[in-house]
Amino acid sequence: MENRSQWGTRAGFILAAVGSAVGLGNIWRFPSVAYENGGGAFFIPYLFALLTAGIPILIMEFTMGHKYRGSAPLTYRKMHKKSEWIGWWGVLVAFTISTYYSVIIAWAISYSIFSINLSWGEDTESFLFNDYLQNTVDVGQTGSLVPGVFIPLIIVWLLVLGILFRGVKKGIEIANRIFIPTLLVIFLIIVIRAVTLPGAIVGLESFFAPDFSKILSPNVWVAAYGQIFFSLSIAFAIMITYSSYLPKKSDITNNAFITGFGNSSFELLAGIGVFSVLGFMATQSGVAIDDVVAGGVGLAFVVFPKIINEFPAFSELFGFLFFASLVLAGLTSLMSITETYVAGLVDKFKISRTKAVLFGGGLAAVVSFLYASQGGMAFLDAVDYFINQFGVAFVGLIEVILVAWVLRKVGEFKDHANGISDIRLGSWWTISLSIITPLVLGYMMFGLFKQNLLKEFATENGNYEGYADTFILYSGWFVAAAALIIGILISLTKWKKSEKAYADTESKEVN
Amino acid sequence: MSGSAVFVMIIGVVVIWGGLAASITNAVKKSKDQNAKESS
Repeated sequence: MENRSQWGTRAGFILAAVGSAVGLGNIWRFPSVAYENGGGAFFIPYLFALLTAGIPILIMEFTMGHKYRGSAPLTYRKMHKKSEWIGWWGVLVAFTISTYYSVIIAWAISYSIFSINLSWGEDTESFLFNDYLQNTVDVGQTGSLVPGVFIPLIIVWLLVLGILFRGVKKGIEIANRIFIPTLLVIFLIIVIRAVTLPGAIVGLESFFAPDFSKILSPNVWVAAYGQIFFSLSIAFAIMITYSSYLPKKSDITNNAFITGFGNSSFELLAGIGVFSVLGFMATQSGVAIDDVVAGGVGLAFVVFPKIINEFPAFSELFGFLFFASLVLAGLTSLMSITETYVAGLVDKFKISRTKAVLFGGGLAAVVSFLYASQGGMAFLDAVDYFINQFGVAFVGLIEVILVAWVLRKVGEFKDHANGISDIRLGSWWTISLSIITPLVLGYMMFGLFKQNLLKEFATENGNYEGYADTFILYSGWFVAAAALIIGILISLTKWKKSEKAYADTESKEVN
Repeated sequence: MSGSAVFVMIIGVVVIWGGLAASITNAVKKSKDQNAKESS
């Protein structure tokens, strides 16, 4: 009999899945994406994408993990012998993401300490790049390790690997049971403060005011699908791995709805909070919202500190709470990202969990030191862009085509999910998975390849962020391609366990 | 805030937070039913 780890409770699994989905992207990506794509009108394509791509893929991945009970590589292998490489591809995308995601959490740890005396000063941009990151080298050069980043980075890895050491139930589940409610309480405090600031209403007006003229633009729809896709932790092995720890008698469909809506609920809350403070800042400095809107690293580490400086009272406290919420949201996601390769190593090479955490997590930690160098920021930016667009989105496209059109598993998965879930799946799920998602993702991938290969960015040389060709080649294309190639190579190596034992577990699954 | 912005905000809040509340309520209700069935 297999003795695979299991979640202790249903709530434990849901909290872990929500913890994985709710990450930095919810806080700093959603608000600016929504604003740039029609404000309130964006909610129409966004909700459509949630219901036709986000939740259907979640249900599919939960079903795959629950049915085949394996890490992503093992799940794909059990589905079809020749599809194991997709599992490893997803796992390597996750590995790559974990190497820089950990660094951003390290920054947030530093910043939560900086908030105690607002040590970023008035010029927050110069503080981030010059004082904190010591980013004085040219793009493509590393320079030396920055201790201010390196030390919190070590803390991040010790925390995450320590939690993973303790296992699924005693480690990941307990951590999420503590971190997620804490994150929610902290975030509610921040949002309540934000909406009661003078000028908040101006921000909310520009966030929600619908610009319906944009709704017919295909780019807005692609942005909506992209946001749903990147923020739900789907397509790169995570949700398959987490659901493989579900007990046999588990609901799948309702859990996917809770996870999908939970993630969007947090995103909406973040949007309200972020635009309230942007409205406050615009009013304080007498400029238009347009001039203060930002997303990503710039929003969190440049604009926010500036706004926190202006807070009427308790600036230090709110600064600390904001960066602490980034740390918590990031840690729960990083745990899930790291678990994908820990589980993959355990399954394939039959090593103990402890060894898998030490080897997989240790290797990721060592690679992450690159981004803790003086030139780390440019590498982080390029790798993040390429691994998301040509990793996550591409794996997702191949995954749905494989399940829906090559192996034609949609009917079988539907029966599996319906056999154990409260909500019954019907033609909505089939159509979403086999037609809508492949079409939208296919269109999105085509556009991405075109934009990058034909150099259609609005930068001087047409490259992403205007980076030089060689830099884009080795820290962008090469990294994204390496995830695929190494994935294929690992899938060609032999499984440690005898084929007979593997066949036995497989036949048990079918019954 | 303008009428249309308020309207969109309310719709968004009702659909997204309402969707979360409805799916949690459904899960809690079903698990209670199940427990009642098992104990009877």
